[in-house]
Amino acid sequence: MASEAEAAGRTHAPTGFLPRRLNALFLRSEALRGYLLLSPTMIVMIGTMCVPIGLTIAYSFWTQDYLAMDTSFTLDNYQEAMSREIYRALLLRSLMISGTVTVLTVVIAYPMAYYVAFHVHTNKLGWIILLSIPFLTSYLLRVFAWKVILGYEGVINSGLIGLGLIEEPLAVLLYNPTSVIITLTHAWAAFAILPIFVSLEKIDRSLLEAATDLGDGPVMRFLRVTLPLSLPGVIAASLMIFIPTVGDYVTPDLVGGRDGRMIANIIQAQFGRANNWPLGASLSLIMMLAVTIISLGYILITSFLTKRIS
Amino acid sequence: MSSGSYMSRRNTPLFIYAILCLAFLYVPVMFLPLFSFNDSQYIAFPIKGFTLRWYEEMWHSGPMHQALWNSIKVAAVSACLSTLLGIFAAKAFTRFRMPGSKPVIGIIMLPLVIPEIILGTSLLILVNNIGLGLSLISVTMGHMLLSVPFAVAVLISRFEGFDKSIEEASADLGENAWGTFRRITLPLVFPGVLSSFLLCFVISFDEFIIAFFLAGSEPTLPVFMYSQMRFPQRLPGVLAMGAAILMVSFIVISFAEWVRRRGSYGGQADTGL
Repeated sequence: MASEAEAAGRTHAPTGFLPRRLNALFLRSEALRGYLLLSPTMIVMIGTMCVPIGLTIAYSFWTQDYLAMDTSFTLDNYQEAMSREIYRALLLRSLMISGTVTVLTVVIAYPMAYYVAFHVHTNKLGWIILLSIPFLTSYLLRVFAWKVILGYEGVINSGLIGLGLIEEPLAVLLYNPTSVIITLTHAWAAFAILPIFVSLEKIDRSLLEAATDLGDGPVMRFLRVTLPLSLPGVIAASLMIFIPTVGDYVTPDLVGGRDGRMIANIIQAQFGRANNWPLGASLSLIMMLAVTIISLGYILITSFLTKRIS
Repeated sequence: MSSGSYMSRRNTPLFIYAILCLAFLYVPVMFLPLFSFNDSQYIAFPIKGFTLRWYEEMWHSGPMHQALWNSIKVAAVSACLSTLLGIFAAKAFTRFRMPGSKPVIGIIMLPLVIPEIILGTSLLILVNNIGLGLSLISVTMGHMLLSVPFAVAVLISRFEGFDKSIEEASADLGENAWGTFRRITLPLVFPGVLSSFLLCFVISFDEFIIAFFLAGSEPTLPVFMYSQMRFPQRLPGVLAMGAAILMVSFIVISFAEWVRRRGSYGGQADTGL
């Protein structure tokens, strides 16, 4: 496609005999002009995403010898990544934590989105802005806030001691999978509200009236009309949360401690302290593959269920 | 949008839930500004007293200024370039019939569904291989990759929002392509351009994961903050910095959202990105 665009670019100046015919062709072909206009964006996307990921795939089949890279093909990295118990356990834990966070955020977000879509009439824009702001404020700071809240000398512990409810600070609040789940749920909740809201807002209100006229009560109406029609938003929200949280290492690093570590912490270590880039590359590709398979499975199952309901 | 009678009825339990939900979103973050004014080394209750000491310390910290300046440079450049690329792409998608444009949109939106750590480490490998070296340039590249999908999404909905025939009329009246773009298209999509710029700026300014891998010896503000979080005695300074950032991004985001939604929010729902 890039070469096509280049060819089109060359013919842009209408000089010479052959170029003139090409130029006419170019002006007539809408697609060619469209792709020429699109080419800078595509070059950047390919250069900064497709090529780097291609290199990551290549690295995962190579070996690192201190600073030099041995580029002979090997499956050793994958073998190590698959056979070591710790990597498997961390990947499983990451998927479990992200899955839990996804379910929690969607369950929290749905009624909120429902409220704004169906029961706010006067100042909808204000509500939407209020709900978008947290999702754009610093992620690092939102995570850090929970370290402050749950910490050994943090808000909850010092507050409870101040009230005389406990003598000693509770150590169980921070540095475990639960603290990671709480923090991630808070950090991502706002991401779930917007897509669900959009899909609820799109629902034709006359369908709801029709359901009522045909004798459905509020519960049946919700289950048979509103919920199925809002599923695209629920699916989008789940994926927007599940995919990035699996690869998060900031939250486990700040509030996870030893028991809350996730696969991304190991990947980060391979590119940092451990300095084994090929192993890091293969671990990250395994993670991406697992995430992709689960996401596709999820999409298939939910779309199958939607068809069954409607 | 019209609504049936049962929908305009007030739903008190749901309203209470919505307020609780907002509290859940906002209250935890509010502890940062609260404790940034607390006159104590320790982040704990009871509040000892009001002080501006941490803000003063932050104000005079050289490395902090350097990191802030780095972040502003990276965010401004990547937001400009992403918005420019977004304009190209949005114009192409909305104004030309292009066979096979669906998968192309898919590729542009792909960074949204790839874990950031993979984008970061892949770019690290790339930068290492082409001998660019870790610098603010590599961070800017990474942030562009992350911002372009948002820019394209915002701008497509803006380009779709106005009548194509206005552009055709301009062309019929003798304007050339550039003249039409400058005098018709650009003024009409300008709110979209502005909000795309602000959105991309905020995304880059707050971004940590990619910057962490690519910044090298020139930390951006989040990378600098992260390094400070390791030292308990530095925490109050981090709080002051965080509170200041929250305040500024709160204002910028409200403004950007207001600009964007005011134009596009009408009968139909917005894309909501």
